[in-house]
Amino acid sequence: MLTPDSQSKTSSKDIASITGTEYKYGFETVIETDDAPRGLNEDIIRFISLKKKEPAFMLEWRLKAYRNWLKMSEPTWASVNFNPIDYQDIIYYSAPRKKPVLKSLDEVDPEILKTFNKLGIPLSEQKLLSGVAVDAVFDSISVATTYKDKLAKIGIIFCSITEAIQKHPELVQKYLGSVVGYKDNFYAALNSAVFTDGSFCYIPKGVKCPMDLSTYFRINNADTGQFERTLIIAEEGAQVNYLEGCTAPQRDNNQLHAAVVEIVALDSADVKYSTVQNWYAGDKNGVGGIYNFVTKRGLAHTNAKISWTQIETGSAITWKYPSVILKGDNSKGEFYSVAVTNNHQQADTGTKMIHIGKNTHSKIISKGISAGKSSNAYRGMVKIDKKATGSRNYTQCDSLLIGKECAAHTFPVIEAKNNITQIEHEATTSKISEDQLFYCQQRGINEEDAVAMIVNGYCKEVFKELPMEFAVEAQRLLDISLEGSVG
Amino acid sequence: MLKIKALTVNVEGKPVLNGVNLNVNPGEVHAIMGPNGSGKSTLSNVLAGKSEYQVISGKVQFSGNDFLTLSPEERALQGLFLGFQYPVEIPGVSTENFLRTALNEKLKYEGKEELDAFDFQQLLSEKLQQINMDKSMTDRSLNQGFSGGEKKRNEILQMLVLDPKLTVLDEIDSGLDIDALKQISLGINQYKSEKNAVILVTHYQRLLNYITPDFVHVLMNGRIVMSGDYTLAQQLEEKGYEWIQAEPAVA
Ligand SMILES: Nc1ncnc2c1ncn2[C@@H]1O[C@H](COP(=O)(O)OP(=O)(O)OP(=O)(O)O)[C@@H](O)[C@H]1O
Ligand SMILES: [Mg+2]
Repeated sequence: MLTPDSQSKTSSKDIASITGTEYKYGFETVIETDDAPRGLNEDIIRFISLKKKEPAFMLEWRLKAYRNWLKMSEPTWASVNFNPIDYQDIIYYSAPRKKPVLKSLDEVDPEILKTFNKLGIPLSEQKLLSGVAVDAVFDSISVATTYKDKLAKIGIIFCSITEAIQKHPELVQKYLGSVVGYKDNFYAALNSAVFTDGSFCYIPKGVKCPMDLSTYFRINNADTGQFERTLIIAEEGAQVNYLEGCTAPQRDNNQLHAAVVEIVALDSADVKYSTVQNWYAGDKNGVGGIYNFVTKRGLAHTNAKISWTQIETGSAITWKYPSVILKGDNSKGEFYSVAVTNNHQQADTGTKMIHIGKNTHSKIISKGISAGKSSNAYRGMVKIDKKATGSRNYTQCDSLLIGKECAAHTFPVIEAKNNITQIEHEATTSKISEDQLFYCQQRGINEEDAVAMIVNGYCKEVFKELPMEFAVEAQRLLDISLEGSVG
Repeated sequence: MLKIKALTVNVEGKPVLNGVNLNVNPGEVHAIMGPNGSGKSTLSNVLAGKSEYQVISGKVQFSGNDFLTLSPEERALQGLFLGFQYPVEIPGVSTENFLRTALNEKLKYEGKEELDAFDFQQLLSEKLQQINMDKSMTDRSLNQGFSGGEKKRNEILQMLVLDPKLTVLDEIDSGLDIDALKQISLGINQYKSEKNAVILVTHYQRLLNYITPDFVHVLMNGRIVMSGDYTLAQQLEEKGYEWIQAEPAVA
């Protein structure tokens, strides 16, 4: 295997000989430029790998993923509708570009500023998020570096996936694709072939991460990529809270986003992953929104625990099922979700809990809220293996409808192959009634605030899983997402 | 304070109120009685601004302002409180949180400073004591799983906290046991002042034994057919409504 040192000297020729193919036309010249040409083929993948200074095993893996992807077709089972995506019309690599630097917040789109203010994002962060040149008082880079050094002292690695591939190839090679293989599904295969961004997090044996990862890094991570790859490894007895995402609305010129997140929780490790997703949902007619097709999965070894919490308010289309494979005995999996859809948004989300070990427990709390003309589907699978005796699942799946034109669907699948298990499933569908709104109004609370209050109450169980600050922001985010949903 | 003039209201095309006149001044207690389906709740809901009632003609003035063009929340903020005959349940929203939100909306509207959680707690526990209600009730979701009597008591609690100018209580006494009736009456009597007014919609004289009304009105066939003092309630208790129909209408 290549060490980090030797790989940086690896020339493009070596990679070609390793993977046994030759460069096609134009590749040599392309390498000089910053952007790959539009479209996808093996050369493009080589280009990405080379640009990222990756060791050979990565290129090999990417190519295998690509070849596999060619044989796959887009899944059609989700309850979402969209026009076909032209995969040859995407630029799969472009060099990081500096955002245009603005002189002051006055130059920022007033609509965006309004949202920032409603979310309560401090001025200094607003500037960073919108690319305004910042004064020395608040330097996010230095803040980030300080924390990174602190973490490094206790052996925690927290860096970009690109940096991890270069500096910690042994960890990457061991764990990348170990939970979500490149054959897993169409989008995961595509992601494996072409990912260029993402995060890497490694918590060594017995270490409890002293801070919530990524809260301090929010600003740096605000520039997320089209194909992100995140890998979180918690060794035996390690513990970490990982936060991803940003409540501020995120726009992107790329319509398709296909991320993969893998979590490995070794024996007795405890990983909590929270995310807020607020990609641009398109205008009121659903035009221009982002398609967010994500594969998130965790593998829990003996006595380990993996917990997913997600607040989904953005995207035109969301396709996302954070899952846990409860491989080790006594392992635990949790899924807490709030998915809000308004206007023409479509969300098909849920979870899978795969019980393989004995006495494994899983818990699913899903709150779907639909307003406008949107559609919101919950898709959940609880699979209990023959050997997973003494296992338990509790599922609570609630849908809340606001208005008359929206839809909610639930598709629970329960597969239990042994009868020494306990499965509880509760589902409710409710509506915010005219009478409830009138009652609130009669007490002086206007309709919009009343909806916000009722929705926040409805989501309390999930919000309490989020770190305090994040929960407050998530609440405000929900209020904003549902603006204009009544009356 | 409240002036209702020749108010005519349809519900789903069907006339329900047919020229109601009523004047309420600060410091007064009015009782409205009348048979089932005579339009008592309709009148209350129209005052509060419920949308499915179509006002065909007539006027409602509150503190000199035209009330009918205002949104329900605006009317509430101006000082109208309606205690509902059937309070709705709102799961997930605690009574305390709901009430604090409502009170702060009112304070904001009046240009006053909002109460923080601590100050609100204090106010709330004072009001809870006035009607002998347990604090644990306000930790629960609004009205969810409350018994009929508990819901009514919760309406009175809200009235006490919001301290409105005009309170309309729609059958606040139905479904209450004797002790609850006494406590609720005590709450209403403590609320009553020279500055505010109360309209009690009721079927029974027993509530009026605890709260003496200045006026009793009989609503029948969509209009107030008779008005009098509290002795009218006693007469109704004895004779029912049939004898009134024989009498000429009183405006
Ligand atoms: N939302 C509605 N839709 C249809 N009809 C209605 C509606 N609200 C009231 N009505 C009708 O209007 C009439 C008056 O009803 P209202 O509830 O005002 O009577 P009430 O005097 O309060 O009766 P009760 O003493 O039984 O409470 C009834 O015939 C009722 O059926
Ligand atoms: Mg009634």
